[in-house]
Amino acid sequence: MKDWPELLFKTLKAAGVRQVGYVPDAGHKRLIELCLADKDIRAVVLSNEAEGMGLAAGAWLGGERAALLMQSSGVGNCINQLGTVRECRFPLLMLVTMRGQKGEFNPWQVPMGQATPEVLRAMGVTVHHVSTAADAAGQVDASLRIAHGSYCAAAVLISQRLIGIKSFQEQANQ
Amino acid sequence: MSLRRRDVVRTLLADRGGLLVVAGLGSTAWDCTAAGDHDLTFPLWGAMGCAAMIGLGLALAQPQRRVLVITGDGEMLMGLGSLATIGVQKPRNLSVVVIDNERYGETGMQETHTAHGVDLAAMARAAGFASGVLLRDAAGAAALRKTVHEAAGPHFAQVKVAAEKVPLVLPPREGALLKNRFRAALLGEGAALE
Repeated sequence: MKDWPELLFKTLKAAGVRQVGYVPDAGHKRLIELCLADKDIRAVVLSNEAEGMGLAAGAWLGGERAALLMQSSGVGNCINQLGTVRECRFPLLMLVTMRGQKGEFNPWQVPMGQATPEVLRAMGVTVHHVSTAADAAGQVDASLRIAHGSYCAAAVLISQRLIGIKSFQEQANQ
Repeated sequence: MSLRRRDVVRTLLADRGGLLVVAGLGSTAWDCTAAGDHDLTFPLWGAMGCAAMIGLGLALAQPQRRVLVITGDGEMLMGLGSLATIGVQKPRNLSVVVIDNERYGETGMQETHTAHGVDLAAMARAAGFASGVLLRDAAGAAALRKTVHEAAGPHFAQVKVAAEKVPLVLPPREGALLKNRFRAALLGEGAALE
């Protein structure tokens, strides 16, 4: 089931997401391409994941739904700005591709990857894990409903097992 | 004679019409409130470094409205990457105005990088803004108001002002209240229930 990025894209479309902020990540490569090619979605390349908190807040102030795509290392860049999301009760969806898990080839990815669920929870973010392709779209839909139903941030952590990158060579060949 | 921050902000917000305003944390949020608290101003009490990006998300969501971010030099310095991000998206309806007193005003008036020559307007131009100007006089501030309302952006202005302490004029401080009043004013009363 290699088409899970397509299913995530359809889920975002069906939920009316109009702005997608991203810092590129190999695990999100296909989903970013789909967003960039869609005429109704504004895909915004960010220089730092923290910018995405502002983008999503501004989008919601203006009446549009947003989603953010990032790697687990980028979660660390968002922490302070998640305080704003919480204080203002902005709905926010974060799709996080995990590093530092089973199969990681770069030890520098391990500390932030391992800390990701704890630091998100510490900032009041609802966290769900996805480890199989079959579960991905359903969880993203559920997290969108939590974010907008409860006016909170919801993160879906997509496991490294699902992304399946184990070496620099594989990453380069994606 | 140096420009005074409250005069500049009052000029920019005069006859604001449908203008949507994001005010960066600290002094610029108080300046915007001193010019008249408004449901369509979103004043930040935190989120340092994020004001310009909130403006971008808002400008993309509301392409028919004019969006103005008014923030300080310290706040802008913390979010310099957002100049590059805005430069890529090029929203025609967005202006970012930095009220530059060359100080961190809320923490003891320590000098910021702009006191040592860092040129934010040049950075904005280099990032792809349609305009990036450094202003020092009242005529420039008046012309900037017209630019914010009428010209095709994105615009950036760095307005040098005196490093002075002015009376605190505080907006409401609860984030959820500020969000909901903004959305209700822009999108209709039902938006707060969405």
